[in-house]
Amino acid sequence: MFELLQYSFIQNALAASVLASIACGIIGVYVVVKKIVFISGGIAHASFGGIGLGYYLGINPMYGVLPFSLLSALVMGTVSKKSKIPEDSVIGILWSFGMAIGIILVNLTPGYASDLMTYLFGNILTVPRLDLYLMLGLDIIILGTVCLFYKEFLALCFDEEFTTVQGLPTQKLYLLLLCIIALTIVVLIKVVGIILVIALLTIPATLSRQFTHNLKKMMLISTLFGGLISIAGIGLSYAFDLPSGATIILVLSLVYGLVSFVKGRLDSRGFGSGSRA
Amino acid sequence: MTEKKVIEMKDVWVRYGNQIILEAVNLDLDKPGGLLGIIGPNGGGKTTFLKILLGLLEPYRGSVKLFGKTPEKSRDLVGYVPQYKGFDYDFPISVWEVVLTGRLSHAGFLKRYGQEDKGAALKALETVEMLEFKDRQIGQLSGGQRQRVLIARALASHPKLLLLDEPDSGLDPHMQDELYRLLGRLKKDMAIVMVTHDLSAVSVYVDKIACLNRKLHYHNSKEIPVEDLEATYQCPVELIAHGIPHRVLGRHKN
Repeated sequence: MFELLQYSFIQNALAASVLASIACGIIGVYVVVKKIVFISGGIAHASFGGIGLGYYLGINPMYGVLPFSLLSALVMGTVSKKSKIPEDSVIGILWSFGMAIGIILVNLTPGYASDLMTYLFGNILTVPRLDLYLMLGLDIIILGTVCLFYKEFLALCFDEEFTTVQGLPTQKLYLLLLCIIALTIVVLIKVVGIILVIALLTIPATLSRQFTHNLKKMMLISTLFGGLISIAGIGLSYAFDLPSGATIILVLSLVYGLVSFVKGRLDSRGFGSGSRA
Repeated sequence: MTEKKVIEMKDVWVRYGNQIILEAVNLDLDKPGGLLGIIGPNGGGKTTFLKILLGLLEPYRGSVKLFGKTPEKSRDLVGYVPQYKGFDYDFPISVWEVVLTGRLSHAGFLKRYGQEDKGAALKALETVEMLEFKDRQIGQLSGGQRQRVLIARALASHPKLLLLDEPDSGLDPHMQDELYRLLGRLKKDMAIVMVTHDLSAVSVYVDKIACLNRKLHYHNSKEIPVEDLEATYQCPVELIAHGIPHRVLGRHKN
């Protein structure tokens, strides 16, 4: 087991899973408590347009996806609130629109789009060092923003109308939150890919909710869960030669099911009820 | 400041699509204290009326002034208590954190809540007698307690006008009475406007009553002519005033 750690690709994979679990642990909590899972999924999928753009321009697709995900966050956040048609329909339209742009651009790019699959389904065992630095930089921006706007984000998520009445620019705060979610998605792409990103944004946060009623503790617990389970997933995918992203999600889902089941049994027997601190 | 009218609504109309929600609403409230109860059926435009006062909606005709300024510019003087039923009570937030959000505009961006904010939040919790529940998660409270926490959140910013949206709905009579007594104490320091669909809310603590069903019937008094009430509810209404030492309804003319 330990000789595995000598391989640099394993070291990179472990570093990537730690960086990813910090981002998804913190931001996933907002996604879950504000109930914006669907719009987050929309931003993630629409970001595929950025992957296509990267291929088309011949640059690292990660640099294509970064501006594109921010743009789709801003467009979705603005259009879905201002439009007369229902919010979920708007998200559905933009979701597929972004993906379609990506597919067309990849198709227009001459030659074979190598490792396109790693952006769709992730492959944590092939994360290059350069991407790690990008992930680290994004983590710092995400953490910094959450520290600066902690009380505003909490108020926004709990009661948006009251926050507006308090005189705060709630629409701008909401767009900022969506942009931070977009950055988180960029961090997570290499780990699980665009298609599975939403699992990392929801499962650890939902799991942490079973143990605490405090937002900060939720962030901490969900980061720990995400990190431990990702590392376990990497181990399993290496041992059984399975795709890493899907293996991580599978382990996450199974742990979630198991914890919910055990907790439900304990609660119904009177143990641990009301024990969330 | 004090000579400015608390609320001045002139010929306010609100439309949603082709539907008229509020029609030619006029309201003058000049005293800095007292409790105005606005009763009306569901769908009568009560929530819209409050949203106009909060600057969340723009009337398509007419003008609204609070303390001589537009609602958006007078937000620091207004406290808002929404219906407590609309919340996700599983939300990971404590009573203390909820009340502190009432200090957001005072605390300022990018800063933590200061001593002054914490002091104001403590005092607001004391006023509504909820200080001992300060560390509870909001979901672990009863309906009446949640309502009190939302009032404390509004009080934390020291408002001069307090707006409440159906604060009595879903509370049992005992809790309702406690709520009215609390409002009765608060109305000495601020003007309070409470909308409700519950006729029994017209209690001893209410100073003035208006009826709202698209149009606002308001006579600057506590008596409601039966005609107004019937125009509002569009059916014959008989109000049984239990143990109230004054007349709520005007006498029938014949």
